[in-house]
Order: sequence, then C-alpha cells, then structure tokens
Amino acid sequence: MESQIRNQKATSEFARIVLEECGENVNVCFQCKKCTCGCPVSYLMDYTPTQLVHAIRLGMEELVLNSKTIWLCASCETCSSRCPQELDLPKVMDVARIMVAKRGIKPGVPDIASFYKTAVSNIGLFGRMYEVGLIVSLKFKTKKFMKDTVVGMKMFLHRKLKLIPNISGASTSRGIFSRLRKLERGKK
Amino acid sequence: MKYAYYPGCSLHSTGIEYDISLKAVCKALSIEIEEPKGWICCGSSPAHTINHLLSVALPIKNLSLVEKMGAENVLVPCAACFSRFKKALYEIEHHPEMMNEVEEVIDSSFQNRVKVVHPLEFFRDNIETVTSRIKRDLSGLKVVCYYGCLLTRPPKVMQFDDPGYPMVMDKLMRSLGIETLDWSYKTDCCGASFSLTETDIVLKLSHDILEEARLVGADGIVTACQLCQANLDMRQKEIEDKYKTKYDLPIFFFTQLMGLALGIEEKKLALNRHLVPVTGVFSS
Repeated sequence: MESQIRNQKATSEFARIVLEECGENVNVCFQCKKCTCGCPVSYLMDYTPTQLVHAIRLGMEELVLNSKTIWLCASCETCSSRCPQELDLPKVMDVARIMVAKRGIKPGVPDIASFYKTAVSNIGLFGRMYEVGLIVSLKFKTKKFMKDTVVGMKMFLHRKLKLIPNISGASTSRGIFSRLRKLERGKK
Repeated sequence: MKYAYYPGCSLHSTGIEYDISLKAVCKALSIEIEEPKGWICCGSSPAHTINHLLSVALPIKNLSLVEKMGAENVLVPCAACFSRFKKALYEIEHHPEMMNEVEEVIDSSFQNRVKVVHPLEFFRDNIETVTSRIKRDLSGLKVVCYYGCLLTRPPKVMQFDDPGYPMVMDKLMRSLGIETLDWSYKTDCCGASFSLTETDIVLKLSHDILEEARLVGADGIVTACQLCQANLDMRQKEIEDKYKTKYDLPIFFFTQLMGLALGIEEKKLALNRHLVPVTGVFSS
C-alpha cells in the first residue's frame, strides 16, 4: 500500500509542463502563504499566489491561464526571496504568460499583456527602447488616448523623453529577433 | 583602469539625471568609463514575459560586446538592467546547455569573463577615493535610502547585500556626512513597469513609500533605480491629488548626492531635471 502511494503521480500534467519549461517544481509548495503575505499586488489578484501554485499542482489550466494574477504579478521577487522552499514563483508566472500567448487565449489583464508585447516589438525594431514610440503604440492598442498626457508633457519639457529614437543597435537586435524566430520554427 | 559602462535605455531618456550625475562623479574621481559600441536593450521587464531565451540572449549579447572592448568589469547602474544581466549569467551558469542556442541567437561567442558591477558596489569598494575628495558639507540633510526590488532580489541570483534590509547605500550616504534614517520600505515595490498600464497600482504602492518616508521625517528619498525614481518623482503630484496630501519630497539618485558632496555644481548633476523641485532641501 505504502509503495503504491509513493509511486502514485501526486501531480498534474500542467505542473510537469511548468517544471520542464522553467525548472521550477510547484510540488515543493506546502502552502505556508508567505508569498501571498509579502505580495504587494495580491490585493488586486483574483487568486492569491498561494492559490495559483495549488491550482497548477491540481492541473487547473483553464483557471490559471485565464487568471488576472499571472498578469498582475510585478515580478518584484518578494515571494521568491521569502519562500522557505525556494520556489521561484515569478518564473512560473512567466511560463503561464507564455502559454497564454502560444494558445491564443485572451489575457486576464489585456493592457498589461499589450504593454509587454508592444515593448518587446519596440526593442526588436529599434534596438533600444524607444519610449515615445512605445507610448504611442500602446495608446492605439489600449484606446486610452488621453492617459498621462499631462505628466507626459512635463517629462517632455524636462527633456526626459526623446522624440527621435537612437537606432545604433537596431540592426543587432533585428538579427537577434530573426535568428530567434528561425530557431523556434526549427523546433516545432 | 578603464571600466565598461552599460547605461541601458532609460538612462538616456527618463532617467537621464542618473546618467549625467554618474558620469560627473566618475569624472571628479578620475574613473574612466566607456560605453560598448552598439549596445542594445537588455530586455528589461517585458522580454522574460514573452520568451525565456530572448531574455537571456539580450543581456549576454551586451556582455559579449563588453568582452570585445577588453574590459573586465561593466558598471550597470540601472537596477532593471543589473537584474537582467545577473539573471542571464545565473541561467547560463546553471543551464550550460542553453549556451549553444544563446550563441546562435546572438551570433557571437561569449566567454563569461566580465564581472557585472553595480556602482553602489563599486563605490563601496573604493570608498576612500570618494571620502578623500569630499568638498561640501551635507550634514543636516536627512534622507531615507530606497533600494526597490531588483537590486537585492532574489538573493541567490543577485548576491547583493541583505535582501530585506540592505545597508550599502545608507553606508555610502553616511560616509558623505548625510544622515540616513531607519524605515520599513527599503525594498518594497513601487509598482515598477505598471506605470504605463495599471497606474493605480503605482499610485498606491508609491504612496505607501512616500507616506512612510514623511512619517520618519526624511527631507528626501535616495534611489538607485531609475524606475523607482520615475514613479516616486513623476507620479508624486498625482499621488498627492489622489490621496489629498502633500509631500514635496525630492527623489534623488545616490550619484547626485555624491556629486554634491564632491563639490560638483547642481546643474551638472541634473538636479534641475526632476519634476519635484529639490531646491528647498539645500536652502542653507
């Protein structure tokens, strides 16, 4: 009996994917809730970080991938620094976010997902983050045209936003992005 | 000895004061720094949410450019870049099998010979060079040091001071004659890159930080991260309006206060570029 229990897979396919993708084993979690207590954004989350880890253990893919939690995580690393089991939860969040994009699921907090996507395209295109370009494309994606116009103007007047991008790294980063795409196509 | 200097994207735009003041301090201390040619973004907070290999490849590409310069150390002042560089090195050291793919993607070889150094570590290790050139008495100024998330966490990767209650910036400020106060928000999150999307998160978290700084009686907050500085400075007016309060707390980069202590003019440290004016603090 005891050996049967020991040989039983006490974990889900979802947990196995997470382990394979980022090397983090959610089964080490004993639900002490230290991550949730320290999380600066847990007050807005639909599932606490502790609940999210448990949901992955149970294989509740739909709940996790549709959650707001995976987008509201600020990757501040408070949880991973305090976890007695040294689970790197922000890495797990990254795996979930990437799964959402691969499966074409609508992100739980679309604006945050748009920001990440737009920012990465911006880096690929310009080599260095072109902030004015990022802000403008984000406005079109989120349709919030009036957001931050006052503070943006102040930043501009303090010469903290540049209208013209520095493209001295553009060809380097375009090369990196295109070789990455080729490599990933080859894997499929 | 010449040091490589990777400013990162923000230090050429929203965090320009950090770049200007760090360069001014290095000049005053006769420390030669040079940017690697054609550096690119480190991937910052977005790349790791989109593609793991990309988030490792971008910092490694930049480190390979530093290797090409022949430098042994690279100074990385931006806390986000510093964190991404350290994380990329941690990844390839713990998953050496990744290296082939990384080198293929960046189209360069990488020997892992460069040491990634934060200016706070650098000045800590060369503190006598700094203190021997102090020209201006800044005693009377009371500040809190705010380290943010990325410098110290996670400790197994960053190996940078205590993850919950770091002291390296406090000690540097104290060695300049500035009083630093105890407070509980040294490494709390300011909301970071949510500034452009979920601004309410930034307003709440940064409010808590400003509130605590005022309660302990600080004249200003000293930072080592341009994203922390931007959130606390740029959003301070909105925070005051939303929470019906008034702070007028200047948000410094530690390099600006170092520069003042070294006798550098305020303008050359870009102290006039903050949204919350710093003038009131130095009225004496």
